[in-house]
Amino acid sequence: MIFVRKSLSIADMGKLSNLTGDQIRGIKLLGLPFTYALLLLALPLGAIVLFSFWTQDFMTVDTTFTTRNYQEIWNSPIYGLLLRRSLMVSGIVTLVTVLLAYPVAYFISFHVKPSKKSLWLFLITIPFWTSYLIRVFLWKVILGYNGVINSGLLELGVITEPLTFILYNVNAVIITLAHAFAPFAILPIFVVLEKIDRSLLEASQDLGESKFSTFLRVTLPLSMPGVVGAVLIVFIPTIGDYVTPELMGGAGGKLIANMIQTQFLQLNNAPLGAALAIVAMVCVTAISLFFVFLNRKYLASRS
Amino acid sequence: MKLRIYAIAYLIFLYAPIVLLPLFAFNDATIIAFPLTGFTTHWFTELTQNAALHAAVKNSLIIALCTAIFATILGLCAARAGAMSAFPGKKGIVGFVMLPLVLPEIIIAVSLLVILRQVLGLSLGNWTIILAHVLICTPFSIAILNGAFGALDPAMEEAALDLGETRWSAFRLVTLPLVMPGIISSMLIAFTISLDEFIIAFFLTGSNPTMPVYIWGLLRFPSSLPVIMALGTILVALSIVLLTIAEIFRRRGVRRSGGTDTGGFL
Repeated sequence: MIFVRKSLSIADMGKLSNLTGDQIRGIKLLGLPFTYALLLLALPLGAIVLFSFWTQDFMTVDTTFTTRNYQEIWNSPIYGLLLRRSLMVSGIVTLVTVLLAYPVAYFISFHVKPSKKSLWLFLITIPFWTSYLIRVFLWKVILGYNGVINSGLLELGVITEPLTFILYNVNAVIITLAHAFAPFAILPIFVVLEKIDRSLLEASQDLGESKFSTFLRVTLPLSMPGVVGAVLIVFIPTIGDYVTPELMGGAGGKLIANMIQTQFLQLNNAPLGAALAIVAMVCVTAISLFFVFLNRKYLASRS
Repeated sequence: MKLRIYAIAYLIFLYAPIVLLPLFAFNDATIIAFPLTGFTTHWFTELTQNAALHAAVKNSLIIALCTAIFATILGLCAARAGAMSAFPGKKGIVGFVMLPLVLPEIIIAVSLLVILRQVLGLSLGNWTIILAHVLICTPFSIAILNGAFGALDPAMEEAALDLGETRWSAFRLVTLPLVMPGIISSMLIAFTISLDEFIIAFFLTGSNPTMPVYIWGLLRFPSSLPVIMALGTILVALSIVLLTIAEIFRRRGVRRSGGTDTGGFL
């Protein structure tokens, strides 16, 4: 033990001798959550990467290294179809959510009295934290054949027959997801808008820009980091939702997450499920990184 | 003005589904559709007689309580370290711990399922859900507690040290009371998230389902829908109460440590 400690302390001295006591305490404190995330996030993620190169052999898992799962995903059209549909749904949901959320974040940051801002944010976040399953189900009640929208429109005489294109298809999935992720988009944009120096806007208007061009040329570029944050925080998690497509999507609205869930829990093919999860994850990450890169270029080209 | 109207319309859009809940929970019909037919409290009495539901609720409460405690402890460590001086790699480590915030939940669910079931061969139960929920709730705890620690004046703890307190007693007697509202807020948020979480729980639940998993099972049976509406009404009311208390404590915490409130949990 003593030897170990001594050799450790020598190694430490080489590397860590210039750390202050405060820094060392910080490292020790951060060690606990870091170890937890390492054991329950990094390790399991490593495990599914490994698993995706194995195969399911009826009841047992064959641990010879193979890319068969990936070949199957590449060759069967169903997986590509689901993946493309998932990415499209996530993309549209992100676009809709962020476009709808931006004016609200702008309103709260620029037009609401500082004392009332917390209240507005609180009101916006409340629905996000209540009974996710039941909220999704209620969209069925709103969009359904005898639902709120159809009976309302029939009553008003706008339509003569109930609309059917709003439930059990991709549209319904998009509406429901856009609703579920709305608060997620508002918060990052709001935080960045709050940090914008208001004197810059005054300066712009003093120099003769109109309110609208001030927004386009000053506020919007300065708020881009928040928009990027909002895009990522909506786009990435939506790909992993299987509840909404299951309840709202009908046969034609199933997404890649439903397939992953089916592989794991019904078909008992964990390796193929793992490979699907990784493919989905890689696609989402690649698109996100590309988006971040585009945004950097856009901001760099302006300055 | 136009923006205000838009923002209010947006709030109505956000609340539209939730407003329907109590309407159908007290509606005297087995079909969830308009027009409403009459008033009844029958669905709520049915809730009180469902033993399977009670077991599921009890499971969920145990899981949520454990999650709230452990996530807040991990959040406390990270937030306190965050308020200390930087060291090489600190940003990366904090970023890694915050990662579950943006990771699709299904990825967390399947990776934990693989390692627990297939690699380690353990059987699933409440504890497996607690492990996963602590992982996803810790980032929220960190975000809330960062707010409480961030504005804290380090001079106060230093003063206690100078006056002869040990590091631990200075933390316990000076810092802890100042961040206590943040701790309570963090626990309530983690509790609410865990209580409502379905995507991960569905993968990691053992033979005893949690409440959302039980509700998921009920959604297939049209006859049980009014009862779900009644349950949903209670849950929404409960969440609003919990979140309101959390918000009050969060604001108090930010005020107590001397910061100005920028609003919001994130």
